[in-house]
Amino acid sequence: MSTVKKNISEVDGATIRFAGDSGDGMQLTGSQFSDNTAIFGNDLATLPDFPAEIRAPKGSLAGVSSFQLQFSNKDIHTPGDDLDVLVAMNPAGLKVHLGELKDNGMLIINTANFTSKNIKLAGYDDNPLDGNSLDGYQVIKVDMTKLVATALEDLGLSSKLKARSTNMFALGLLYWLYGRSLDSSINFIQKKFAKAPDIVEANLKALNSGYYYGETLEVIKTTYRVNKAKFEKGKYRNIMGNNALALGLLTAAQRSGLDLYYGGYPITPASDILHYLAQYKSFGVKTFQAEDEIAGVVSAIGAAFAGNLAITATSGPGVALKSEALGLAVITELPLVLVNVQRGGPSTGLPTKTEQSDLNQAIYGRNGEAPMVVLAAATPSDCFMMAYESCRIALKYMIPVILLSDGYIGNGSEPWKIPDVNTLPEMETRIYKKKEGYAPYNHGNPDLARPWALPGTPGMEHRIGGLEKWEETGHVSYDPENHQRMVELRQNKIDIIARDIAPAKPFGKESGDLLVIGWGGTHGAIRSAVETAQDEGMSVSHLHLRHLNPFPKNLGEILVKFQKVMIAELNLGQLSTIIRSKFLVDAVGLNKIQGKPFTQTEVYNEITKLVKGA
Amino acid sequence: MATENTQTLTRQDFVSDQDVRWCPGCGDYAILSQVQKLFPTLGIPKENFLIISGIGCSSRFPYYMDTYGFHSIHGRAPALASGAKIANPDLSVWVATGDGDAMSIGGNHFIHVLRRNIDMNILMFNNRIYGLTKGQYSPTSEVGKITKSTPMGSLDYPFNPPQLALGASGTFIARTIDREQKHMGPILEEAHKHKGTSFVEIYQNCNIFNDGAFSDLTEKETKAETQLVLEQGEPMIFGAEKNKGLILDGSNFKVVKLGSHYNADDILKHDKEDKNLAMLLSEITYNPELPVPIGILYQETKSTYDDMMTNQIEEAKQKNEADLEKLFSGTNSWVVD
Repeated sequence: MSTVKKNISEVDGATIRFAGDSGDGMQLTGSQFSDNTAIFGNDLATLPDFPAEIRAPKGSLAGVSSFQLQFSNKDIHTPGDDLDVLVAMNPAGLKVHLGELKDNGMLIINTANFTSKNIKLAGYDDNPLDGNSLDGYQVIKVDMTKLVATALEDLGLSSKLKARSTNMFALGLLYWLYGRSLDSSINFIQKKFAKAPDIVEANLKALNSGYYYGETLEVIKTTYRVNKAKFEKGKYRNIMGNNALALGLLTAAQRSGLDLYYGGYPITPASDILHYLAQYKSFGVKTFQAEDEIAGVVSAIGAAFAGNLAITATSGPGVALKSEALGLAVITELPLVLVNVQRGGPSTGLPTKTEQSDLNQAIYGRNGEAPMVVLAAATPSDCFMMAYESCRIALKYMIPVILLSDGYIGNGSEPWKIPDVNTLPEMETRIYKKKEGYAPYNHGNPDLARPWALPGTPGMEHRIGGLEKWEETGHVSYDPENHQRMVELRQNKIDIIARDIAPAKPFGKESGDLLVIGWGGTHGAIRSAVETAQDEGMSVSHLHLRHLNPFPKNLGEILVKFQKVMIAELNLGQLSTIIRSKFLVDAVGLNKIQGKPFTQTEVYNEITKLVKGA
Repeated sequence: MATENTQTLTRQDFVSDQDVRWCPGCGDYAILSQVQKLFPTLGIPKENFLIISGIGCSSRFPYYMDTYGFHSIHGRAPALASGAKIANPDLSVWVATGDGDAMSIGGNHFIHVLRRNIDMNILMFNNRIYGLTKGQYSPTSEVGKITKSTPMGSLDYPFNPPQLALGASGTFIARTIDREQKHMGPILEEAHKHKGTSFVEIYQNCNIFNDGAFSDLTEKETKAETQLVLEQGEPMIFGAEKNKGLILDGSNFKVVKLGSHYNADDILKHDKEDKNLAMLLSEITYNPELPVPIGILYQETKSTYDDMMTNQIEEAKQKNEADLEKLFSGTNSWVVD
């Protein structure tokens, strides 16, 4: 076989998806391609999607695991809608994802797994590789498993172990397709399997075989190049939301001079925050894997009382269990940050799928009048700043804060411009050591923050707890008027924070036909759709809310400057209800509850409908 | 951190400015009094005491002590105490709880704090009734208890707290009685000295809803026959005449009379480090044929969670430099000029 010259086509970007069985290593393959793409200098966004079962029945539709990413030479915000390339490692992966492959898109198939058993499991009557059902695509059929087995012939590995390297073949082939260096993955493989040299060799051989397969054979006639995107000057890395969030918490602790205490219970999709923090012990981070969700938050409240920066993270069902304790944090006015990486609900719901249906829970979900500060991160890298901001507010105002993330941005990744720590906002604490004039519930400062007198400080012994407090002394009080004053005080504590947060600023014009409001992980899809609509001359702006309680104080003024307001969220209209009731605007909802993020097309179509009245 | 002179502390230093609101005659007063008497003698600066409680009559305890205190939510005191102790290991952490708070709604936290052996002292006031909610049976009430919620008698079998604590790998398990002030003081002091989670069950009379629950154990006429006061290394002898003792009959206790057949040397000696013996001792709580043991049933030396965590952090600090910028960059960063 001789090396054949191929066409090279320059494109602005591509959306690719790796799909296969849960055991096929699709998440690793996707994250490797992402890291490589990031280092190369493209902008990117990722969408990992996997079943809740660790090993769903092999070959079944339920067991399909996939990883999608979009990369581009332009500034992009989403993992993309339709696919340019689909890598299907088995019939189930093909069945689930083929519908999203563009016409004439490239379909790369590992034919080895198209056995009659797998074909049946995927719900096909006949082998989809026969017949003409794939005629509209560029189909590349490769028996990857066999090629890998041949390449690894000389290694003394079992055929099962050899087959495990097949995903590296697919990765190598994609690297070739986009003209990429293999270096980042070679380094990764060498590090990850350092203790097992034969596994290193197997994976490297498989990776190279994939690359050379593309280079040598005539099967793929055109390869693609996506040039570097223009980024602001600075140092970057690719980062997942949960990782960025953990770093934001750590940075807040470092900047405030406090030890970070994390109390929590493992729950999908929030557990990674615990995993990351547990690696930061050299920074003095204390992680406590509690016996249950309640102990997680309550231990954090104890740590807050004792003077640590106290954090707990969970997902919706965990927040439900923690609700009573959150009320305790509200009435004891202690700094605490609760992170909710939202997933599909109710109950156990869709543990590995994304949703934004816990906003009501965050804002209202406690007994009594128990308001809490609520923030939401918009993108994977934004998780860093919003975690930092949550800690800043909790410490400065002596108040518990809920930070909403979701499975989509928690597990998704994008390039993150590494910040200069010294330019981050100052951290202020209320640690108090002056014995004279000390009263535990003194709120005599403009921020209505009570003093934080830590156990161990002489002369300031005091008691707090869940019973209503007498203003100033903090003693137990059943006085009716005092109760009203305290309830109002706790609401005021929230309201005054509005003056300390960034004012809302729409993307686009300050007035116009349509304002699209979003919050949390829908940022990318909304921004992309609005950009497209703006390019087409539509009068539409995008406002993405990061502070949900309190709202930025200018929100009401912005709303009235638009003819129409649309609120896009992955629930039945929770933010819509709040905005409608608070500002009396006739906001229209765009709602989707499928465990999946919006595509930009879905948002774009709705914008078009509202602007053009079609 | 500056500390006040611990030499000059008196009981009065630990009395808060709040009126004590337990019912007159409640056994809780005796416990409060013993703790206030003990604290100034421990050589710990006043500001380093932290008392944490859940919900129930017993859980009002922190309000009456002039120390740092936290009256939390039902059943959660051990969890809150765990976080506080981990956050500041210099604190002397005490939990005041009851049989409903610790054994029922807080059962999970109770067993897990014991398992972890976090250094704190848990005083469980056991009155075998729900007092604050006005008289329902509790998880330590005897079967058949007639209460407002069980007019025909309760159906559930009770927990035996020391046995539960043993099963949860507790490292210090003791029992005392509100009326036995001279017994309680030294037990509380031993609980304090123990490194790890100390569990002290205190039989406490609720004179409103369960009056006389422990009268057999506390009345002058009967107590010598019903109490077995455990002393390390001493034979398990009891009775008004000090003429009864415990021996092993197979794997069960048997009461024998000292005299012609048995003398003190034949009687089983208490060894608080013997877990099998502790299991047997904890078992006999509800057996009317046998006396009720009070004292330290079991004690074991074991590393504490808080110490081990401090060590891990020290080890990590020595191994890895705490460099935030390096952590930010990770292994795959790039620079755009």
